[in-house]
Amino acid sequence: MSEDRNKPMDRPAGDAAEKPAEEAGAMAAERPAETAGTEPAKAASSAEGRAALAAPDRAARDAARAERLAARAAAKAAAGGTQGADGGGQAGEAAEAPAKEPSPNQPKLDRLVAILREQIGEDAVADAYINELDRHTPTVVVNRDRWHDVAVLLRDHPELKLHYLRNLSGVDYETHMEVVYHLFNLQNKQTYCFKVRTDREQAEVPSVADVWPAANWNEREAWDLLGIRFTGHPNLKRIMLPDDWVGHPLRKDYVPVDPEV
Amino acid sequence: MTVRTEELVLNVGPQHPSTHGVLRLILHLDGEVITRAEPVIGYLHRGTEKLAESLNYTQIIPYTDRMDYVSAMTNNYVLCHTVETAMGIQVPERAEYIRVICMELQRIASHLVWWGTFLLDLGALSPFLYAFKDRETILDFFNELTGARMTYNYMRVGGVKWDVPDGWIEKLKDFVQYMKKRVNEYEALVSGNEIFLHRVRGIGVIDAKTALEYGLSGPALRSAGIKWDLRRDEPYSIYDRFDFDIPVGKNGDCLDRYQIRIEEIRQSLRILEQALAQFPPDGDIMGKVPRVIRPPEGELYVRIESPRGEIGCHLVSKGKQEPYRLKFRRPSFWNLQILPKLLVGQPMSNLIAILGAVDIILGEVDG
Repeated sequence: MSEDRNKPMDRPAGDAAEKPAEEAGAMAAERPAETAGTEPAKAASSAEGRAALAAPDRAARDAARAERLAARAAAKAAAGGTQGADGGGQAGEAAEAPAKEPSPNQPKLDRLVAILREQIGEDAVADAYINELDRHTPTVVVNRDRWHDVAVLLRDHPELKLHYLRNLSGVDYETHMEVVYHLFNLQNKQTYCFKVRTDREQAEVPSVADVWPAANWNEREAWDLLGIRFTGHPNLKRIMLPDDWVGHPLRKDYVPVDPEV
Repeated sequence: MTVRTEELVLNVGPQHPSTHGVLRLILHLDGEVITRAEPVIGYLHRGTEKLAESLNYTQIIPYTDRMDYVSAMTNNYVLCHTVETAMGIQVPERAEYIRVICMELQRIASHLVWWGTFLLDLGALSPFLYAFKDRETILDFFNELTGARMTYNYMRVGGVKWDVPDGWIEKLKDFVQYMKKRVNEYEALVSGNEIFLHRVRGIGVIDAKTALEYGLSGPALRSAGIKWDLRRDEPYSIYDRFDFDIPVGKNGDCLDRYQIRIEEIRQSLRILEQALAQFPPDGDIMGKVPRVIRPPEGELYVRIESPRGEIGCHLVSKGKQEPYRLKFRRPSFWNLQILPKLLVGQPMSNLIAILGAVDIILGEVDG
């Protein structure tokens, strides 16, 4: 397994090394020293190696991507490192770590977290960050026990007015289960992402079908395919698979009862 | 003498011509009036999301064809667009134009299927023949371009698979002009028909608040008077270069949904006209894409406007060739959810009009 993981890591660096040499022709001839210089760097970090090797426009893009990745890793490390500590410090650190201009949505995220802390309680927010890959969506990990209260607040708060549930998906992270909600304010056209994490064996998340009726079938789908039990759901039964189906197929460790099927 | 009455439970489907696939409805009837309705779905569930977890991104594209099989182009696009967004891939201009042309052509074809079958459900046979004749012309265009009538497997991460054949653009320009006249003919044929209006006016009313609560999108949301179209409000591809209107309804009834779709055909023709006029004479159809497609670790939710509403793709990538989790937000599934609410209190005869106006594709409902 670890070999499998290593192989693809090296390959794109190799690709990038060959391609610009073919494409850029003269340019490659001008920059042999640079190309040679980055060979050892490839081993250290394939992302950096790629950035230096590629043609200029590609280099800029790759560098931006590498930076983004590094920033995310740093933010993650910061969040992970201070898990027990005060959440406010976490958000601050995550924003400072990359040492570049903060996301345009950072004030929105800060305001959202402040509202949640003030109205629901300090324990409402487990983590908060900007998902730069996804149009800088403000993302908040909500404490599972407070999720229903938070949901009602999100819908009714005059500043937030998140009336529209855009998407609901469940994800099996093998260590835990996560339900991802994308909520949307039609007036200021801002999408927010909320996540609720739960234990894998005892996967339970409060249902929000009474807050957004759209969640009803989606929660049933998540129950059916991932085995996440939504407590308080009016009619939590399978929706896609037959009622007598055994197991929840989208779980990573799912094994069909009858392999012939 | 008193007449004994009791509730009648009526099973509709899953095999029933007006359910457009395999939708089953359990209806509780008090005489002619529906007191409770429970849709039963999943008959067409193929586990697309599960299958996707063991396939690489290019291999998933044909599976998206089979979700909303009446609008395969937009499904292709949402997956490719998601991966391109995650990897920061630039799509060449020519490819973007081809994609927009395909998606708008697809929207017209999809609305034609809806228009024909909706009226067929209401008892009018001839519109179906008109609609399918013109739709077939569009499918011929697609056939020439991609080699398939319905499941195209045409778009790729970074561009499209095939360039347009010689003369295709010119032929399409003629078709757009022809189609513009045909839409007027459609309207003359049906829109003012008294019987038709009686079947749809004031039926299946959705107000704006309910539409939002139920997460409706597309024509169903716009019929409730909410002007929300991702092509304009969260522009993707090159939609910001075109001039087009977003039709919205006033009453939120079946008639509004009908008129919105007819108007959307006109608007799509407008976009097509502009796109064909601006179409770059040459250029690449594939961007610079790594040989192995491996989006960086992270997650994103990308959405576009399909003929049925917001089709979204929630991708969780672990930096591998296969997605860790790929969830499709399928507009038919979301829009169908409001059906029980719309049916309660309605006479049985309105069932078909209300269900038809929602415009569902069961392949997409069931995923």
